[in-house]
Amino acid sequence: MTRKEWPLWEVFIRGQHGLNHRHVGSLHAPDAEMAINNARDVYTRRKEGVSIWVVRSVDIAASSPSEKGPLFDPAESKVYRHPTFYDIPDEVGHM
Amino acid sequence: MPSLPDMGTPDVMALARAAADAQPHHDDPHVADPHLADVALRPAFFDWLCRMGDNALILGHRLSEWCGHGPALEEDIAIANTALDLIGHAQLWLGLAAEVEGQGRTADDLAFLRDTLRFRNVKLVELPNGDMAVTLVRQFLFDAWAFGMLRGLTASTSPRVAGIAAKALKEVSYHLERSSDLVVRLGDGTDESHARMQDALDRLWPYAGELFAADAVDDAVAAAGIAPALSDLKPDWQRTVDEVLAEATLTRPEVRFDVHLGGKQGRHTEHLGFILAPMQFLQRAYPGASW
Amino acid sequence: MYAQMVKSEGTAAAEMSPEERAFQDRIDRGEKIEPRDWMPDGYRKTLVRQMGQHAHSEIVGQLPEGNWITRAPTLERKAILLAKVQDEAGHGLYLYSAAETLGISRDELFDRLHSGAMKYSSIFNYPTLTWADMGAVGWLVDGAAIMNQVPLQRTSYGPYARAMVRICKEESFHQRQGYAIMMKMAQGMPEQKEMAQDALNRFWGPALMMFGPSDKDSVHSAQSMAWRIKMNTNDELRQKFVDETVPQAEYLGLTVPDETCIWNAGRGHYDFAEPDWEEFFEVLKGNGPCNAERLEARRTAWDRGAWFRDGLNAYAEKSAARRAAAAVAAE
Repeated sequence: MTRKEWPLWEVFIRGQHGLNHRHVGSLHAPDAEMAINNARDVYTRRKEGVSIWVVRSVDIAASSPSEKGPLFDPAESKVYRHPTFYDIPDEVGHM
Repeated sequence: MPSLPDMGTPDVMALARAAADAQPHHDDPHVADPHLADVALRPAFFDWLCRMGDNALILGHRLSEWCGHGPALEEDIAIANTALDLIGHAQLWLGLAAEVEGQGRTADDLAFLRDTLRFRNVKLVELPNGDMAVTLVRQFLFDAWAFGMLRGLTASTSPRVAGIAAKALKEVSYHLERSSDLVVRLGDGTDESHARMQDALDRLWPYAGELFAADAVDDAVAAAGIAPALSDLKPDWQRTVDEVLAEATLTRPEVRFDVHLGGKQGRHTEHLGFILAPMQFLQRAYPGASW
Repeated sequence: MYAQMVKSEGTAAAEMSPEERAFQDRIDRGEKIEPRDWMPDGYRKTLVRQMGQHAHSEIVGQLPEGNWITRAPTLERKAILLAKVQDEAGHGLYLYSAAETLGISRDELFDRLHSGAMKYSSIFNYPTLTWADMGAVGWLVDGAAIMNQVPLQRTSYGPYARAMVRICKEESFHQRQGYAIMMKMAQGMPEQKEMAQDALNRFWGPALMMFGPSDKDSVHSAQSMAWRIKMNTNDELRQKFVDETVPQAEYLGLTVPDETCIWNAGRGHYDFAEPDWEEFFEVLKGNGPCNAERLEARRTAWDRGAWFRDGLNAYAEKSAARRAAAAVAAE
């Protein structure tokens, strides 16, 4: 017995046409094809998706917490990118 | 004051809708189907529907035995999905069988109150799970047949049959994709997985031919245009099996594949009784109870 | 609960390092802790224990209900029960994945379960004897689990909180299907009603034990609550469970097996008797009715699956090598 564990994969699912793929969780599988099959069985048991991406967890490059300041602070100053920046009168209705 | 607790789920309605969508789409009973009124055809049609339903029920039941005992969590979940699909198919086929019979029985009556002599599944699906190799080879041999059968049935002259087949075909296509993929991988995996898969194939092969052994019932529904002739399904099945076995580096057994027949006529292996005993126990012990 | 008597390893406030202080401040502000963030060793260890125990409970919890899948009385009940037990495997999978973000592998967690080094909830060491037990387990056991899991959606550790959100969403039908079975049984034949009452009698005490012994004076509990990996005391949750469950039992026409269980208008709660804690500790020690069978079933499944997991690994390696060779040949 080799006792080698199946690698860990991160699963991303597009829930509906037109939406982004969203991270839904992880699972173990021996390779990408099986990871996709397993993802279908594990994460779309309630028909939650139309498209599945999988990526090896070790292949994900992530920002490290110490970089949190420089990476995200500039965006915070661009408050005009957020819809709540704009005051729209209630009479206009939902926007 | 007594009420079910709030489950703390904000989108219960969305979940309920999704669950309803996931339910088997019952074939529309209002669709006019001339075959349902055909008295002469009735016994054969009923028997044939029981064959379709019993294959799904017994195989689904076998697969459900793996739940909680699978070789990996992912596989445990995947097997349960296949089992759930098959139990859903059984509900539809047996429901239509009961309707065709016209004696007021339900799908549950057929599942839980017939004895072995009245069950119409092939012997292949009632064989014990054994190890995952037996389970997967059994599944693959069956899926490859069911896929061809259901594809043929979508063109059935019975709209009710075609409706059920269309729904089941989508799911069985995935079952076949999955079982053939696993047969290839485990056949061409380690020496041990290869040996286990070959053993399973050698053991199950003599049961596979029953899927194609036509009798008067099969001939009658084929003549009525309800189902394809079994002999017509064989070439595609052979091709699929040969391709997958070759890729899996497995050897197709030299022996005959139609040794163990009779399940379709109610002459089963010893194993079916041991499936029905627990399965039917509650319905038998408390006749007429509501569950 | 699914995680019972989890030992917590923290530092008293006065002895906290600057990092620990900053960490605690983040939690107090309601921030989520993510896998790559700095965290005290004790937080990590406590979470591994708690999430591991929770995950183990889900997969061992498949067994007592799995018992009845082949005996379910109708095709619909069979499908519902199978779907529910399958969900539990899924919940185990989510929780193991969340625990893996803390740097422990799933296989390592399995090893600790199989060796007995890690526990699972005491409740799953009780047998399921009649079909009414499928009702009682859904209604009482899932009901008790939900009490704990709903607040855990707000726990401080991000992956754990997200797993709990998904689990709670999926569990919404579990308790209801259990209660639906109980309604059928309680309104059915005399034999069915007898089974329903008997199931309530057997599961009432073990369900109360699921929350664990009183921890209002426990240091471990206080630390876990400060870290927001435990959201309520055991006694709070137990009381909430009793308050919700007793009227549901009355609606069924069943009697909670506790003569002292009566409404206390002064407290605004039901009074109830403590479960048999001696029994609880015996079950934890391994002397419950089904401890040996449950662990044996998990070990057997794992051992019998080794060739399957290895076979698929071997194929993946071979096919990767073949693809690499083909790519080289193409150049």
